[in-house]
Amino acid sequence: MGRPKNSQYSETVKKQYRELMERCQVHMEQMDKELPPAREDFQELLKERGVSRRSFIKWTSAMTAALMLPPIFRPMVAKAAENFSRVPVVWLQFAECTGCSEAFLRSSYPNVDDILLDTISLEYHETLMAAAGDQAEANLAKVLTDFPGKFICIIEGAIPEGLDGKYLRIGSKGKTSIEICKEVASKAGAVIGMGSCAAFGNVPAARPNPTDAKGVYGATGIKTLNIAGCPPNAVNITGTVLHYIMFGALPSTDSLGRPLWAYGKRIHDYCERRPHYDAGEYVEEWGDSGAKKGWCLYKVGCKGPYTYANCPKVRFNDATSWPVMAGHGCIGCTEPAFWDTMAPLEKPVEDKTIGGEHTVDQIGAVLTGVAVVGVAAHAGLTAIRHRGDDNE
Amino acid sequence: MSKRIIVDPITRIEGHLRIEVEVDNNNVIKDAWSSITLWRGIETILKGRDPRDAGLMVQRFCGVCTYSHYEASILACEDAFKVVPPPNARIVRNLINASQYMYDHVMHFYHLHGLDWVDIVSALSANPQKAVDLARSVSPNPYNCSATHYKAVQDRLTKFVKSGRLGPFANAYWGNPSYKLPPEANLVIVSHYLDALQVSKLGGQMMAIFGGKNPHPQSLVVGGISSVMDALDADRIGGYLFRFKELKNFIETAYLPDVLIAATYYKGEGAAGIGGGVKNYLSYGGFPLKDDWSETLLPRGVVKGRDIAHPQKLDEAKITEDVTHSWYKGKEALHPYKGKTDPDYTGYDESGHLKGGEKYSWCKAPRYDGQPYEVGPLARFIVGYAQGHKEIKGLVDSTLAAAGLPVTVLFSTLGRTAARALETKLVADHTESWVNELVANVKGGDDRTWTRCDVPKNSEGRGMTEVPRGALGHWIRIEDKVIGNYQAVVPSTWNCAPRDKAGKRGPYEESLIGTKLANVDQPLEILRTIHSFDPCMACAVHIIDPKTSEIRKFKVA
Repeated sequence: MGRPKNSQYSETVKKQYRELMERCQVHMEQMDKELPPAREDFQELLKERGVSRRSFIKWTSAMTAALMLPPIFRPMVAKAAENFSRVPVVWLQFAECTGCSEAFLRSSYPNVDDILLDTISLEYHETLMAAAGDQAEANLAKVLTDFPGKFICIIEGAIPEGLDGKYLRIGSKGKTSIEICKEVASKAGAVIGMGSCAAFGNVPAARPNPTDAKGVYGATGIKTLNIAGCPPNAVNITGTVLHYIMFGALPSTDSLGRPLWAYGKRIHDYCERRPHYDAGEYVEEWGDSGAKKGWCLYKVGCKGPYTYANCPKVRFNDATSWPVMAGHGCIGCTEPAFWDTMAPLEKPVEDKTIGGEHTVDQIGAVLTGVAVVGVAAHAGLTAIRHRGDDNE
Repeated sequence: MSKRIIVDPITRIEGHLRIEVEVDNNNVIKDAWSSITLWRGIETILKGRDPRDAGLMVQRFCGVCTYSHYEASILACEDAFKVVPPPNARIVRNLINASQYMYDHVMHFYHLHGLDWVDIVSALSANPQKAVDLARSVSPNPYNCSATHYKAVQDRLTKFVKSGRLGPFANAYWGNPSYKLPPEANLVIVSHYLDALQVSKLGGQMMAIFGGKNPHPQSLVVGGISSVMDALDADRIGGYLFRFKELKNFIETAYLPDVLIAATYYKGEGAAGIGGGVKNYLSYGGFPLKDDWSETLLPRGVVKGRDIAHPQKLDEAKITEDVTHSWYKGKEALHPYKGKTDPDYTGYDESGHLKGGEKYSWCKAPRYDGQPYEVGPLARFIVGYAQGHKEIKGLVDSTLAAAGLPVTVLFSTLGRTAARALETKLVADHTESWVNELVANVKGGDDRTWTRCDVPKNSEGRGMTEVPRGALGHWIRIEDKVIGNYQAVVPSTWNCAPRDKAGKRGPYEESLIGTKLANVDQPLEILRTIHSFDPCMACAVHIIDPKTSEIRKFKVA
């Protein structure tokens, strides 16, 4: 790829970064004034959990790079981490299985991310909150009054449109999920679709979609940043929220609303079994000699070639494992309509080209045939996307 | 004058539950209705799919009971495919299930149920040294126990309270007279609430070692397991064992002693039988010790009318589902193989209440021999106790002796909570033997993890097992190599069931009758009893409609 070397270009990029930094500084100062103070001192927490200053700095460098920012932003990432627990979070649950909340609760990750997730300021979360009934509803109302435009709304679960939305009613007034979503999400500073149900509809929306379930955007038109997966890796939330704290906007996404920093590459690209694919060494049936040697799972249905996610890189549960490591093919759970497009799950998808040449949009269009959600570049941070050209 | 109280949302559960009760002038509950307010229709979605895909999809009934439905579905398929998985697969499944039981019961007690017993604000006034003494009085070596640590927990909580931002603890029922623990007991258990957030992650890691991830593991296949590399790897087995021992230590030095503390101070409620509910208990049997399930760790059987002197054998043909008060069409109670469902949503009445005399829940009413039955850890322990299960009897008798309580205390909210803790210990006591069995088997040269099988053209099968919340059954019918019919009768369906044709209340409803609310504006006692069942609504609501294409017509335009 040719990249421009002329000084005019690099001046432009520098200028964009300067502007970005200013924007970040202004935003974070503003936040400092508006948000409630931190409940706990972050540095103390790090100490308590045995994270040294040095490993914290290392983590900020890695996170800065992961967010596709140049190293000068490292101190801002550090400051954002310190402010992480100050952002009020409302977590709504609709047509869901609570798997995403469970993933969030039991996510363990061998570094600072884990501590950040543990200190997140959940003002409303039905599975965790002590209050119920009227008192629970009052808590939600209080966030809307106290922090309009300042809180992050995380949504778990799809929204059933059928029966006038009444396949799901919550609260003493029996409001539908559509009503609650519009009421709460419209007042949020940012809306995150946690998991493939909130993002794309997922399980309840699989054929024949008996309740007319849709993702949040599909049902309400409210744009979400999608932490896709069934359930997703909770660690993918941290970078997203840090970005919001730094810029007041969510990070750049692909055309399906998934943050590029976490969903920019295919499973197949990072997969530890990839050399066996290239060598033509396949597991032919469960438990065979190839399975015992860790060969490629394509022939027993692995959908890694069509699936965009960082699972092989971050793995799950303290980086313990991930499905392909456990000898089972990827089922494509970060992609829209995967239950229909990737089925049968134990067989290769027929008539699909594998290769690195496809963009997510092409793959998405081929596999799903559904309209893609145009939420790219929430933040309009164009400079970020030039970085790859300048800094290869 | 009676008064109707609505509690919606019931929080600290999985899913969407509404409880309505009627209280008299003395704030005593006279009647109760439980209603599930979400319907997703996953079994409808299953129709026409490859039966081998069902396990991963039904696992998404619920992310809290992750793995449970995955296994039940695979068992149903194995019954239909007529295939028996090799011993290594049975053992690895037990290991995954054991991790699920351990972290799930721990998480339930502390994070979902604990705040019904424990007053966080009261913990602020505790004397840390006295808290140490209390913890040592119920355990020789209590978990993370020192005056310094308890003080640090207190300081942390104080900061929370002073900041005015209690987050998940905000606006709850602190100070309600129904809280009976002294400040020191509150402090000990709150400190373990925080520890348990970290410790339960170990259970997730244990599941991930053989399951690929948690929640929603991905290593079961019809005929066996896919995680052959992990099952045959000494390092992975060691990693499981290492985490298991840490988790088991928490169970023995925090969870069990904390339940004992609670039992000591709430024994009055237990002795009075508060939250007792329906008097019938049912269990399918779980954790196979033999490949043909002829021997299981958790018992299979029935106890009717609390008659523990005469336990009965389970007759699967007696299981039916009634929809008289459920938002579905139909008049006859049907066996799951014949189960069908047409949504018939009738909404709330004019004042916004459930129509208790008519249909009022998305939950069906499972019945055994026409009667409502409770399922779950308490049911398993009562059935096991009645059958003379040596370990169950030993655990129950020694605990009752330690707390100075009669066996009848089991029939209560407290009994339900205590049985869950004892069961966690029972499972933990067996887990290492399964690890050893796996090692011995592999050392003996058996490296099989899968039995070859293929989808039959036409067949039917059922998978019945015990999962953390109770007896779970999946029934599958395969027609022309795809799913023709799929039905699950789930623990929370049994427990959350509405009334049936005869007007008999379900277990949640019955368990609330006679409970007195200390403060009618605070549903603390309701939450305590409902949470003792460990409700899981997403699991409970599911349907199958053989002629499902009709469903959309119920859409209200």
